[in-house]
Amino acid sequence: MAVTEVERRRGKLAALSIAAMVILVGVPLWWKTTQTYRAWLPVAQINELAKLQLQLSADVEVVFARGTATPEQQKKVPVTQTQDEDHAVDEDTTLRYRHETRYRTATVMEEDALKQPTAAEADLSLHRLSESPCGSLVIYVIPESSSLLPENVNVYIGQRRTALLRIGAQMKVGKTLKQLLAHLEPRVKQILQVMSFSHNDITAALSDRVRFSPDNKESIADSMRAFKSSPGYEITFSLLNPDPKSHRLHWDIEGAVQTYIQPLLTKLSPVANFSLDSQILYYAMLGVNPRYDSSRSAYILNADSLAHVINPVEARLGSNAASSNPVLNFLLYVPDAHHSPLYIHDHKKREVQTNAFHSPRWGGIMVYNVNGFYQTGTNFPVDVNINMAKVMGVFLAQLRLLLGVQSTAPPSSFQVAPCGSSGLADWELDRLMWSRSVENVATATTTITSLAQLLDQIGNIVINDNIAQQVSSAVTSLQLAVAELEVGNLGFALQYSKEAILASEKAFFDPSLLHLLYFPDDQKFAIYIPLFLPMCVPILLSLLKIVSEVRQRRREKQAKKD
Amino acid sequence: MKILTLLSFFTAYTLTASVNIEDSAGQFFSSGHTNNWAVLVCTSRFWFNYRHVANTLSVYRSVKRLGIPDSHIVLMLADDMACNHRNPKPATVFSHKNMELNVYGDDVEVDYRGYEVTVENFLRVLTGRLPPSTPRSKRLLSDDRSNILIYLTGHGGNGFLKFQDSEEISNVELADAFEQMWQKRRYNELLFIIDTCQGASMYERFYSPNLMALASSQVGEDSLSHQPDLAIGVHLMDRYTFYLLEFLEDIHPASKTNMNDLFKVCPKSQCVSTPGHRTDLFLRDPGSVLITDFFGSVRKIEITMETINLTDPIKQMEENSGNDVQTENNTYVDQLPVSEIIHQKPKQRDWHPPDGFILGLWTLILLVFFKTYGVKHLKHVF
Repeated sequence: MAVTEVERRRGKLAALSIAAMVILVGVPLWWKTTQTYRAWLPVAQINELAKLQLQLSADVEVVFARGTATPEQQKKVPVTQTQDEDHAVDEDTTLRYRHETRYRTATVMEEDALKQPTAAEADLSLHRLSESPCGSLVIYVIPESSSLLPENVNVYIGQRRTALLRIGAQMKVGKTLKQLLAHLEPRVKQILQVMSFSHNDITAALSDRVRFSPDNKESIADSMRAFKSSPGYEITFSLLNPDPKSHRLHWDIEGAVQTYIQPLLTKLSPVANFSLDSQILYYAMLGVNPRYDSSRSAYILNADSLAHVINPVEARLGSNAASSNPVLNFLLYVPDAHHSPLYIHDHKKREVQTNAFHSPRWGGIMVYNVNGFYQTGTNFPVDVNINMAKVMGVFLAQLRLLLGVQSTAPPSSFQVAPCGSSGLADWELDRLMWSRSVENVATATTTITSLAQLLDQIGNIVINDNIAQQVSSAVTSLQLAVAELEVGNLGFALQYSKEAILASEKAFFDPSLLHLLYFPDDQKFAIYIPLFLPMCVPILLSLLKIVSEVRQRRREKQAKKD
Repeated sequence: MKILTLLSFFTAYTLTASVNIEDSAGQFFSSGHTNNWAVLVCTSRFWFNYRHVANTLSVYRSVKRLGIPDSHIVLMLADDMACNHRNPKPATVFSHKNMELNVYGDDVEVDYRGYEVTVENFLRVLTGRLPPSTPRSKRLLSDDRSNILIYLTGHGGNGFLKFQDSEEISNVELADAFEQMWQKRRYNELLFIIDTCQGASMYERFYSPNLMALASSQVGEDSLSHQPDLAIGVHLMDRYTFYLLEFLEDIHPASKTNMNDLFKVCPKSQCVSTPGHRTDLFLRDPGSVLITDFFGSVRKIEITMETINLTDPIKQMEENSGNDVQTENNTYVDQLPVSEIIHQKPKQRDWHPPDGFILGLWTLILLVFFKTYGVKHLKHVF
């Protein structure tokens, strides 16, 4: 009997020690070895960024020329005012627009510059005097009697970052500085709506964060037309010659691109990289048959049939397949000899001056008629030199539209200077940079927050170190970008926002983040039960037996005591 | 009186002004997309699944006919039909009996073929998580203004779809993939069509907005095939896709047919199974959605009203810029390294533990030995 007692005791100890081993060593070991590697992510900072509070600052300088402010008013100047405008777009996004307006009088050199005969020349000489930093504006207030601006024009917007504002008639004599500033404020605000960031543009740029329904349809069209912000774009110029037997076309595309397009692209280099190529397609027809109009003795393409022109051609366009950047296609179509001349009519059956149309987020097509270059009856094929200046003028206008440069039409009393040889005014570049920065920041924040959410929800995705590093760098760049926007350093803000978006996209689209392993609960049980149950059952049973024996003994002891 | 005439003029003016804006922005407003993409997937392989490949290729043809270019179509096929040894007419895939319509042709561009059609690649295409070396034609480069058509066909069950006889994708994974697409704004609207048995179970779990789904059969029902061809020896098409294609034959790029007609395709009398659809996640009314919004690619057009006056003459390109470039002598890598091939050592193969059969055989031998001779001989063996 003692032997069995010893054996039973040994058995109990064995069972207990095995159970202890399993629980203390086995379970942690199993847990550790089946854990997925998840590097640390700055979740707290990401949640902070989810509530986006953007502040956009712009510096405005209002310069009083001679004759606009009385000497008493001039004594009080220079004066700085700050205007804040708060907008709550939705519960997670708030915007604040800050304009710091500095009022001062004009220097002698500026007065000389303003004495030029025309506004354009005044603008040029003012620009030579001082270069305004990126994102700021200078408004020169000129007296009503000034001859710089024509009669019905009150504001002239220059090619760089200056504007000329004609002061109204009331403010002639004896008013205080406060009243002068109050009079100027709505006019200055109007100018800022055109030249600096406007609420419509910024809310359109936030479309990634906020799916809002805008109040007017034109802004929907605007937001659909421009390409989304991307680190690079590819531009392809194609010449379509459906009739090589009749026309032998020569186009100096290299020179034209170098002279006309490259200055714009160089100016836009802080915004994105551009790569250009060109091709010539022979025997490429438009997919639509044009109608012959005998009254104009020309072939007509209706606006309704234009929509079906692009698809048959697109299949034949080659593209630079090396990168995933969006492609802008610009096609120059020279109609064949039997269908010349070919004109495009708009919805109201009027002829279109440019003879060109564009498709949002795709590119543009221009029809170039060459029948005027030769008489009927000459020997075909005829050599034709295409006038690249005319063609590039249209393509440049389309390029501006597709990149989102164009803003809404300014009010009627404004005169906007034509953009210079680079095709882009400085203030237009500033507007584009602002909307791009905001768009990048909005997109990067949504990417990072949705990535954090996704990784949180799905417990068995491996988070490698490089992803964690990308996320951290995206978060730092975002914080820097928001800070720079607050201060008003537009160039740095755009650069940081670009870095942020690159890092966030890299982290989000990393190939290792594929969640393939969806295990429904019953599958998990089905895997673990055959492995662990046979081992656990004897341990559990022996533990239960030990517990029941101990309890019984305790009851016996109790019974003995009583 | 004057006030009345003034008022009437004013209202007439505002009406015409608003109509003008309606005109120009009218076409934008109706659908909100600027480009179209299609992802067509056939998830089966082997000769007896001929009909699935024919399904997918027929939809591919229709979609191309209606205007979506190859660069915007991601076609995933096992592609083992046309050149299969059992195909009596090589290099063809027919979709009508009596070999009326060859849907294979010579301009089919298959992006993922053979063993590349896996659940992983499908999900990678949808979510965009492809390795950087993936070429452009294998990517779904959609943006927030893209309408995407996704067509899946193959063998399916309640809540899953079988990929190439070796793996399956569940409806939860699919719904999660669409949610990730929505988070990254990779689509404007998405139309999901599935032609498998119990297809409706695949769209049960969707929860992202702007999704419309059609399936060929409800849960518990099988989708049936349409017609066998006696010369080829297999069924050529599935019923739902057959009638879907008949419906699409009447659609041309300018037609105004809407989605409600698509829902009526293949009623129970023709299809034997009950097709289903799901539109509760879709924001627009299906009656206002055109078929060509998803199956075709009708571009939005704006007339260019402005031009920029360029007056500078063209700069002449400098001639001597080419001389400074140093010419490098390029050589080809040895294309056929014969010496290496001849003196090749046998490849080191990894050691694997003995396979099932060998293990079973040895176990049997040991069992028999110990049965006959008794266990006490164990200590002599070990």
